[in-house]
Amino acid sequence: MNLEELQQIADNSKQERERADYEINVCMGTGCLSQHSDKIKDDLATEASVSNKRIIVRRTGCMGLCASGPLVLVEPTNVLYQHVSNDRARDIIASVDTEPIPELLCDLREHFDDQVHVVLENSGRIDPEKIEDYIGRDGYLALVTALTDMTPASIIDEITKSGLKGRGGGGYPTGLKWGTVAKARGDLKYVICNADEGDPGAFMDRSVLESDPQRVIEGMAIAAYAVGASRGFVYVRAEYPLAVSRFNTALRDARRRGLLGNNICGTDFDFDIEIRLGAGAFVCGEETALLQSIEGKRGMPKPRPPYPAVSGLWGKPTLINNVESFANIAPIIRKGHEWFAKMGTEKSKGTKVFALTGKIAHTGLVEVPMGMPLRQIIFGIGGGVPDGHKFKAVQTGGPSGGCIPEEHLDIPVSYESLIGVGSMMGSGGMIVMDDTSCMVNVAKFFLQFCMEESCGKCIPCRAGTAQMHQILTKICDGEGTHEDLDVLVDLCGTIKETSLCGLGMSAPNPVLSTLRYFRNEYLEHIDNKNCPAGVCACGTRAVAEAEVHA
Amino acid sequence: MTLFPMPPLPSNDKRWKIVNGTMRRHGYTRHALIETLHTVQTSFGYLDDESIRFVAKSLRVPLSQAYGVVTFYHYFSLKPPGEHTATVCTGTACYIKGADRLIASSERHLEIKQGETTPNGKISLMTARCVGACGRAPVVIMDGELMGDATSEKMLEQFERWTV
Repeated sequence: MNLEELQQIADNSKQERERADYEINVCMGTGCLSQHSDKIKDDLATEASVSNKRIIVRRTGCMGLCASGPLVLVEPTNVLYQHVSNDRARDIIASVDTEPIPELLCDLREHFDDQVHVVLENSGRIDPEKIEDYIGRDGYLALVTALTDMTPASIIDEITKSGLKGRGGGGYPTGLKWGTVAKARGDLKYVICNADEGDPGAFMDRSVLESDPQRVIEGMAIAAYAVGASRGFVYVRAEYPLAVSRFNTALRDARRRGLLGNNICGTDFDFDIEIRLGAGAFVCGEETALLQSIEGKRGMPKPRPPYPAVSGLWGKPTLINNVESFANIAPIIRKGHEWFAKMGTEKSKGTKVFALTGKIAHTGLVEVPMGMPLRQIIFGIGGGVPDGHKFKAVQTGGPSGGCIPEEHLDIPVSYESLIGVGSMMGSGGMIVMDDTSCMVNVAKFFLQFCMEESCGKCIPCRAGTAQMHQILTKICDGEGTHEDLDVLVDLCGTIKETSLCGLGMSAPNPVLSTLRYFRNEYLEHIDNKNCPAGVCACGTRAVAEAEVHA
Repeated sequence: MTLFPMPPLPSNDKRWKIVNGTMRRHGYTRHALIETLHTVQTSFGYLDDESIRFVAKSLRVPLSQAYGVVTFYHYFSLKPPGEHTATVCTGTACYIKGADRLIASSERHLEIKQGETTPNGKISLMTARCVGACGRAPVVIMDGELMGDATSEKMLEQFERWTV
């Protein structure tokens, strides 16, 4: 593969599209597929073939607005239909060249207009199982340019200058990490893509793998060339069967086109990728635990240093980045670091994909520039809290993050600002809670998660999270005391400071942040044996309700 | 080729050949343990003593280590699943939207606890960490098919259909 061949494939793909007057994209991500959008696509294709119009019906990845699925997008008129059912296929085909169908129309300007799609630029617009679609939208241009025109050092320089930080949650500068692996000595190096999206309530990585898998492969290949690696692994959750299957197809296509394998693009660069399935252990998102798991062992973290960049998989220098980090690489190389660094805040550059879920009107996937105020994301793009309920808090960062109350909603989204209010960026889950959620119960939920997911290697995490969970259960049951709160705070400090890995160190965050902003709810449980949201089985109200139901 | 004696396949069941195929593809290296266990679970539905012994021996992994791996990861199951499986997602988005109520009503209806199978072997009630379909929370997976915006009523209806 060289630039001319790549251009040829892209031209063919474009010509094929130009031969049609209309393109109909049917979302076949996990969300819409669960509502049988595959059958809708088949019906649309059948109807299109018997009509006399020139229409391409295409399977695509996620269009973002999962709650309104199944979604169908008609181009070039840019008409988006929601809640589409099979029996509407004929109407949709009939109406492509006339007025859109009003009752199916999804007109959400405020949802889409403020978003900036970099990682998701192809999601919902290409067939994830056709490499030609990806190449038709400038895919692999960055890899071919990198291999033929750039040195590894200049690629790392470009990534460093772009200011890209790790999108898995930690926010470590990507260029710096690449530089360390590139400098590490060793004839064999590995590149690993961390797709063990364990944060409950987050599905950005699943969506990227399902919607645009070639983008991740391209990013990994550029990284491998830059750091001098020849083998790659994608560590993906077994709970994501569709993502695994689409990524497998993508790997096969990339090999067939000579974009993976030996002598890529006629250079002496060799690189190939294998998939490794996770087996349901949250701790494996921690990089040293992930390495253990790829080696076929229990996923238990190791003390660092040595860092994986120096001694990683089987003791070799290893670069580990998250799916979204790799998905940002190709556009940076293609458009330059200045373009990327123009987006975002002073310290957090680019965009971030968030999974907006919980008590919010427009549930789904959004991508916004760093620095956008939380309020705009939740109430503008997300459409606010539905059913007349009142916003209470937004939870970011998964079990390692915290709950942010209304008073802090005007902070701009960035790694630094979220830490400042006691939460963290995390991988991008954003769960909105309203007045029907009890914040003590939420803290207990996360602590139970951390307790069960603790690998058991170090005592603070193994025993500490169990102790904290016990105290929180006591408070939720209306049996807590003020001394319990003191012990709880004490435990938080100990666990934070003495745990071995990120899981333990951040396990107290949900408790600390709810104590900071919703202390009155804790006190209400303790002093008045009452759960204000009516969730916990404590106090008189709950007992009375239980009697009514009995 | 391997230089150590390979254990014989536990039986003539063709599924063992699939398991063996996974190990062969990885050159019978020890780090193929998790991949192989995945294949066993996909083929047989669960992992029993016989399969763990066979895989451990084939890959020259101490039995204790193989058992340690099986019990460490939630995805692996040591018990045979029921004829049908309902998996309730307990991720944060589903929790906020009432997944615990779905579990409670299912437990009452089926008279079993989560993680168990009805005595007649018909239905298993399982939980998952997060299946990543948060946009449609709360979510239940009914025999591999995802049910979004799940309610107790919808679940109980499905249970009825499964038991007739």
